[in-house]
Amino acid sequence: MSASTATPTDERLVSTSTLTRLLRRPELGALMGAVVVYAMFSVADTTGKFATVVGGARWTDSASTVGIVAVPVALLMIAGEFDLSSGVMVGSSGLFCGLLTTEYSVPMWPAILLTFAFAAGIGLINGWLVMLTGLPSFIVTLAMFFSLRGINLGVTKALTDTVRVAGVDQVDGFSSAEKIFGSTFWSGYDFRVAVIWWVAITLLATTVLTKSRFGNWIYAVGGDQNAARNTGVPVRRTKITLFVMTSMAAALVGIIDLTRLHSMQAGQGIGDEFQFIIAAVVGGCLLTGGFGSAIGSSIGASIIGMAFIGIAYAGWNTDWSYLFLGVILFAAVLVNTFISKRASGAKK
Amino acid sequence: MTTFEPIPEPHLTPPRAGQVPALQLKNVGKSFGSVIALRDISLHVDSGTVTCVLGDNGAGKSTLIKILSGVHQPSEGEFLVAGEPASFGSPRDALGAGIATVFQDLATVPLMSVWRNFFLGNEPRLGFGPVKFLDTTKAKRICREELLAMGIDIRDLEQPVGTLSGGERQAVAIARAVYFGAKVLILDEPTSALGVKQSGVVLRYIINARDRGVAVVFITHNPHHAHMVGDRFYLLNRGRMTNEFERKTVTREELVKAMAGGAELEALAHELEGSAVR
Repeated sequence: MSASTATPTDERLVSTSTLTRLLRRPELGALMGAVVVYAMFSVADTTGKFATVVGGARWTDSASTVGIVAVPVALLMIAGEFDLSSGVMVGSSGLFCGLLTTEYSVPMWPAILLTFAFAAGIGLINGWLVMLTGLPSFIVTLAMFFSLRGINLGVTKALTDTVRVAGVDQVDGFSSAEKIFGSTFWSGYDFRVAVIWWVAITLLATTVLTKSRFGNWIYAVGGDQNAARNTGVPVRRTKITLFVMTSMAAALVGIIDLTRLHSMQAGQGIGDEFQFIIAAVVGGCLLTGGFGSAIGSSIGASIIGMAFIGIAYAGWNTDWSYLFLGVILFAAVLVNTFISKRASGAKK
Repeated sequence: MTTFEPIPEPHLTPPRAGQVPALQLKNVGKSFGSVIALRDISLHVDSGTVTCVLGDNGAGKSTLIKILSGVHQPSEGEFLVAGEPASFGSPRDALGAGIATVFQDLATVPLMSVWRNFFLGNEPRLGFGPVKFLDTTKAKRICREELLAMGIDIRDLEQPVGTLSGGERQAVAIARAVYFGAKVLILDEPTSALGVKQSGVVLRYIINARDRGVAVVFITHNPHHAHMVGDRFYLLNRGRMTNEFERKTVTREELVKAMAGGAELEALAHELEGSAVR
């Protein structure tokens, strides 16, 4: 403390005003965007429910399953890697759990544990392949995406003769699993329990990112992999751990979907990977790595949730939702780039 | 032909009485396949001194650094650390033995804050069992103190390293190496990308590190910078040690001349003068 208290008023500190500090935060752009989107849909709302607690329960429901995966995807992007298989992993793990319970009569809870182990294994393969081959994770996980997509459909059809797994609610232990993963709370408003998972994961990831050694390593491997290696950061272990975490988060959403819908489609989750990446990018993650935040990614997920629900509440044709996502993504990247330029420029 | 100082045979000047050199190479060579990068290199580096290794591009400086920092293993010869034979498999091993290298690319992450960079890979933590958090307060305090001890007063420890000047970034990297117990500090061309003033700042950090008892190996192709801070000078040319000087026995002019290959420089000067007259 002595050194810092010895110079409490360094006259040069004027250059780093509160504004600059704020501008340096990656989630600022997302927060401003969320406020704008919330205000916009509150005005456009035709049902009078969007800006109420009920409306809140609806859009957080939609945002939670995006956010649960978008947060680890953000950490992975900060570490400089992509996971395009995170969307299809939601389907794979839901199907894995569903088939174990319905086709092989494994009780629900052991099946859930096995599903997480399976997801960890897929994440491990992603991570190992990326680190071992040195190929871009974009390619490796794209290959994983298509492989899993094929396996999902092939295995489901082979075992059930249909493209969905149903009857999970008959399985031993389903009701307790449903309580943890697929139920609602706060009766009258019926918030999804997934929202709690989402908030918990966001808080955990934020703590890890800002307060732990592992968080320091995440920024380092994404910012400059060679520098990180030279200073003794275990680059390989850091990145592989993040791939595993992303995959397991996708499995959590898979189980949430399964316990909620009581069934799983073979095509579930396909396309969601881009929503996760959009949420992370809107939340301030740089595509080049080394910069971003977990809270930002959650705010990005909120924007996506608000957009889906808001468009429906506004009475607009929901076919247009994805156009909205596209525009939001572009605007967010534009704003973030502008802000980060301002933040580093304002320093001089 | 030029008249070099007669090369002392053997190259080795005896180490200071009663002091084991922090680092010593005996007749070290390194070849990559049929290419001989280094041949018969002998040098010793004492604690609390600055040893300069001078050489032009392609002289073998990078190979020498990589041997000293554990990236490469010598093909022949002996590598002694504090008098004991050493063999490093990786930079991490060398670091463990107290040999820290500040590479040209600095090993700092531009987007990360100064204090996070300072402790990268060696983060101080607080907590119980598996739940441990960064000791941010301690990290920032030590970072500020260490940087001040190196004579650098960073405005704001939260600012990204990328926004610092080149000299300041060198200082952060040097201060970090010194703080984490470097007994030998190898600096790879620390002034090559810097302006005159900033170079001066970095040279002062080198002196500061020396005064803290660190054996500094300063690799450069700038004889002027070397002469300002060096205690002993080794000249590399085409993979061989062509000359060795002590500070007492060499002037800057001699060093420049030896470095530039004297005659060639004189011939060049004549040529340029000649063309200027015309």
